[in-house]
Amino acid sequence: MISCSGVTKVYVMGKEEVHALRGVSIDIEQGEYVSIMGPSGSGKSTLFNMVGGLDTPTTGEVQVAGCRLADLNSSQLAWFRCRKIGFIFQSFNLIPTMSALENVAIPRVFAGETPRAAREAARRVLDRVGLGHRLDHLPSQVSGGQQQRIAIARALVNEPLIVLADEPTGNLDLHTGEEIIDLLNEMKANLGVTIITATHDMKMLSCSDKIVRIEDGSVKRVDTQADVNVKVGTIDGETVL
Amino acid sequence: MMPKQDVIPEQTAVSWPIVMSVSMAGMRRRFSRAMITMVGVVLAIAFLCYMLLNETFVQSMIAEGSDDLNILLQNANVDILSGGGTDQMTVLLIGLTLLTSLVGIINAMLMAVTERVREIGTLKCLGATDQFVVRTYFVESAVQGVCGSALGMVLGLVVSMVVNLKTYGWFALKTFPAGGVVVALLVSLGAGAVLSVVAAIIPAYMAARKQPVEALRVEE
Ligand SMILES: Nc1ncnc2c1ncn2[C@@H]1O[C@H](COP(=O)(O)OP(=O)(O)OP(=O)(O)O)[C@@H](O)[C@H]1O
Ligand SMILES: [Mg+2]
Repeated sequence: MISCSGVTKVYVMGKEEVHALRGVSIDIEQGEYVSIMGPSGSGKSTLFNMVGGLDTPTTGEVQVAGCRLADLNSSQLAWFRCRKIGFIFQSFNLIPTMSALENVAIPRVFAGETPRAAREAARRVLDRVGLGHRLDHLPSQVSGGQQQRIAIARALVNEPLIVLADEPTGNLDLHTGEEIIDLLNEMKANLGVTIITATHDMKMLSCSDKIVRIEDGSVKRVDTQADVNVKVGTIDGETVL
Repeated sequence: MMPKQDVIPEQTAVSWPIVMSVSMAGMRRRFSRAMITMVGVVLAIAFLCYMLLNETFVQSMIAEGSDDLNILLQNANVDILSGGGTDQMTVLLIGLTLLTSLVGIINAMLMAVTERVREIGTLKCLGATDQFVVRTYFVESAVQGVCGSALGMVLGLVVSMVVNLKTYGWFALKTFPAGGVVVALLVSLGAGAVLSVVAAIIPAYMAARKQPVEALRVEE
C-alpha cells in the first residue's frame, strides 16, 4: 500500500550536500506494524516526512494507496494528511491552548465536520485510549504518557490508513513507553491501521511485523516477524544502536 | 480504498465562525499575550478619539455663539475665527500615533507567529490549510483590534468629558454634540479595526508559509 522506490533526499547547504536518503526502496502492506531502526541521523525522520506528504524526494517516488504524492498540490496534501495519515511525535505536539477534547477534535473539524460532531467523535476515541475522564484538561495538566495517549487519539480520530509515529516513546520512561507501544499495537489489531514507527527502542521490535534497518540513508536490512523471533537472542549482542 | 490521485479533492475550507471560535479559545487561554497587543491599540485609539471629540465639542460650542462661552474658548486658546479647525501639527501627531500603533501590532503579531511555529506545523500535519492559518491570524488581530479600540474609545470619551467639563463647565453639556460624538466614536472604532487587520497581513502570510517539516524541527 505504501511503496517507496529509489527515494533520495539531498539537502544543499551552501556548498555542502547532505545525503539524507540514498535510494530507499521499501513496500509496506495495509495493516502492517513496521519499525524503522537506525542510528541518529540515518534518515528515519526524513523518510517519514516523505510518506506523510510533508516533504518531497529529490529523486524517486513515493506512492500511497496508488497515489503519487509528488503530484498533489498543497490543498490536496492537506486533505491527504488530514484523512489518511495520523502523526504521532516524540514531543507529543499537542496544541497547548486546547483541551484534550479540542486537540482530538480538531482533525475532524479540518475534515469538514461540525465542532459538535467532532467533539462527540473525539470523546469516543479518548474513551478508547483510557482518557475519558480527562477531556477538559489542558496538555500541561496531564502527564507525558497521558499527553501521548491524547496524541494517539488525535492521530486515530479521522480513521487514517497509516499512523506515522516518530520515536513515540522517546520522551517517556520505560514503563510508560511500554504502555504506549501496547496501545499502538491494540489499535493496529482493532482498527487494521498501518503503523510505522521510528525507534531506538528494542521493545518495539517484538510486536513488529517488519523491521527496517536504515544506516546512513540506505536500507541495510529488512526483517520480518519470523526473522525477528529467531534473531531476538542476538539483537542485544549486535551494536545496532 | 483511497481515490486515485486525479480525484483526490482539495481540502475543505474551515468556515469563518469556526475559525473564530478556535481563535477566541486560543486568545482566552493566552490572555496576557492578547493584552500586550491590545495596549498599543488602546492608547492610540484613545488619543485619536480624544482629539476627534474635542474637535466636535469645540465646533458645537462655537456654533452656540454665546459671549460667556466665547471668553472661555479664547482662554482655552481656541481660534474662533478660523472655526476651531484642527491644525496640521495635530493631524500629523495623530497620524504618527496611528503609525506607531500599527508597527506595534505588526511586531506583536510576528512574535505570536514565531512563538507558535511548532503549533502551526502540527496543525498542518493534522490537515490545516494555509488558508486556515491565515484566517486564524486575521481573526486574532481583528478581535484584539476591535476590543482594544472599544477600550480606547471609552478612555478617550471619559478623558474628553472630564477635560471639557473642567474647561467649559455646564456649557459642555448644554452644547453636547450627540451626533458628532457618535461619529467620532465610530470613526475611532473603525480606525482601530482597520489598523489591526492591516497589521495582520504580513504576519498571517508568514505564518501560512511555514512548512511543517521546518516548523516541527524547531525546538521549544
Ligand atoms: N533541513 C535539513 N537541512 C540539512 N540537513 C538536514 C535537514 N534535515 C535533515 N538533515 C540531515 O539529514 C540526515 C538525516 O536526518 P533525519 O532527521 O532523517 O535523521 P533521523 O534518523 O531521524 O535521526 P534521529 O534519530 O536523530 O531523529 C541528517 O544528517 C540530518 O543532519
Ligand atoms: Mg528523527
